[in-house]
Amino acid sequence: MLRLINFVLLAAGSLMILSPLWWMFSTSLKTMAEVMSFPPTFFPESWNWSNYIRTWEAAPFTQYTINTLVITTLVVIGNVLSNSFIAYGFAKIPFRGRNVLFAIVLATMMIPGFVTLIPQYVLFAKLGWVNTYYPLIVPAFFGSAFNIFLLRQFYMTIPNELIEAAKMEGASHFYIWRKIGLPLTKPAIATVAIFSFNGAWNDFLGPLLYLNDENLYTLQIGLQVFKGQLNTQWNYLMAGSLLVLLPVIIIFFFFQKYFIQGINLQSGGK
Amino acid sequence: MAKTKSAMRRKETMYGYIFVMPWIIGFLAFTAGPLLFSLFASFTNYNITSQMDFVGTENYQGLFTEDGLFWTSLWNTLYYVLFSVPLTTIGAIFLSALLNQDVPGIRVFRTLYYLPAVLSGVGVYLLWMQLLDPGTGMINLVLGWFGIDGPNWLFDPAWTKPSLIFMKLWSVGGAMLLYLASMQGVSKTLYEAAEIDGANTFRKFFHITLPMITPVIFFDVVTSLIGGFQIFQEAYVMSSNGEGGPANSLLFYNLYMWRQAFENFNMGYAMAMSWILFIIVFILTMINLKLAPRWVHYEGGDNR
Repeated sequence: MLRLINFVLLAAGSLMILSPLWWMFSTSLKTMAEVMSFPPTFFPESWNWSNYIRTWEAAPFTQYTINTLVITTLVVIGNVLSNSFIAYGFAKIPFRGRNVLFAIVLATMMIPGFVTLIPQYVLFAKLGWVNTYYPLIVPAFFGSAFNIFLLRQFYMTIPNELIEAAKMEGASHFYIWRKIGLPLTKPAIATVAIFSFNGAWNDFLGPLLYLNDENLYTLQIGLQVFKGQLNTQWNYLMAGSLLVLLPVIIIFFFFQKYFIQGINLQSGGK
Repeated sequence: MAKTKSAMRRKETMYGYIFVMPWIIGFLAFTAGPLLFSLFASFTNYNITSQMDFVGTENYQGLFTEDGLFWTSLWNTLYYVLFSVPLTTIGAIFLSALLNQDVPGIRVFRTLYYLPAVLSGVGVYLLWMQLLDPGTGMINLVLGWFGIDGPNWLFDPAWTKPSLIFMKLWSVGGAMLLYLASMQGVSKTLYEAAEIDGANTFRKFFHITLPMITPVIFFDVVTSLIGGFQIFQEAYVMSSNGEGGPANSLLFYNLYMWRQAFENFNMGYAMAMSWILFIIVFILTMINLKLAPRWVHYEGGDNR
């Protein structure tokens, strides 16, 4: 009986979770007249796939996609390389001051982003980096507390004997990191890569702050501009939003295993 | 022997610093440096273009005594945190309790409920603007089926903040997954012992599951409190012209700080704001840490 109630509750909840996404899809195919009709309809009267072409042509979305891909790719590379390198140092090299430094890593997670946002802007402005991609990409190459923490947890599970044995053979830490560390932490690296992809793809604040030139805009900013231009043309807006969300949805369905692993680790590796 | 050992240790230390050097550089350049600069600038009239004059505590005094919008934005943010944190926490726990059962299709359900957590950004905010549209949106349509005349949501100052809280509840999947993971870590023998004593499902949930997952509840409450105080993007995209309207009902703290910094270029003033926020969040986190031993249960009874 309880199982049945549980199933019914979950099924009802699924409808609540999925209906906004259905509404988005449905609206994106409607004509403007149908969008404005009252009461609104759950299914489009006619499926206007051409809305997608019009949306794409209404703003330089191809350019925005390329821009977003460039930034996202570099951010993912930067995050994977720097965080796995740094985390190896914290997990597998015993050095003086390590614990103090790692405590600082964890402490930085508690600083609200806005406290450093304004001075960072000033710094990048002084460097002449406003209206370039540098402020969005360069910090990714210097590690982030959450990812260092996540990867360190994974490195901790590699037996020290393995590292010691490699050192006996005369391998340097660089070699061990590349040949043992990276391959053995693949699932965690995938997690970092996916999270950074999502973060960079969905980043709104960074591009909003640093990019003024329309040719440099990312998809997130492109959508925002679009909202003002077309005002209440919901069908095009929803088509655009869906296209921008699509890569995230696809990645989610292919890599959900890693998402779950990464999140589990957040709870302390239980 | 001793000599080679200390030489080796020195070599390890050198390697250690090489490996963590990118983080040290990043920390100095993007965190510590900016923090110091921001603290100093909060006592100046810095506005990027003109010179920086020391003005003492003028910015702070102005905020507390003259700036009505400061209080409005602080109140809006508190309202949002006060409702969204408990609601999303209870929602996530309830949901993960449902998803922790053996039900047909449970894997599909888990995936579905997690999906909204990965969807964020402008696309989702625009979607919710359309869903909440009083005339052409889905939510009032569905409410209408039940004879409910839905409110004007984002156009009515009384409903704008609840609107954002509903949106937040939709994407509760991230926290849900945390709870699910910790619920699955609870030892089966505890439940078996309780069953022998004749405990029903609800007793088992309230007397075993809930106490056992308190460390995760604590983690989630602290992080969502910190996150809640930093709400910005939702309000920027979903309020009219990104100004925090209607009637400043979506003017959250960070949005107001943003406007001071990047629209009015009152950088010193905005940095004073950021430090006030920092202190508020810090105090609340400390209160949480202090209260934690009273209700957070750690296995082995080590309440530290």
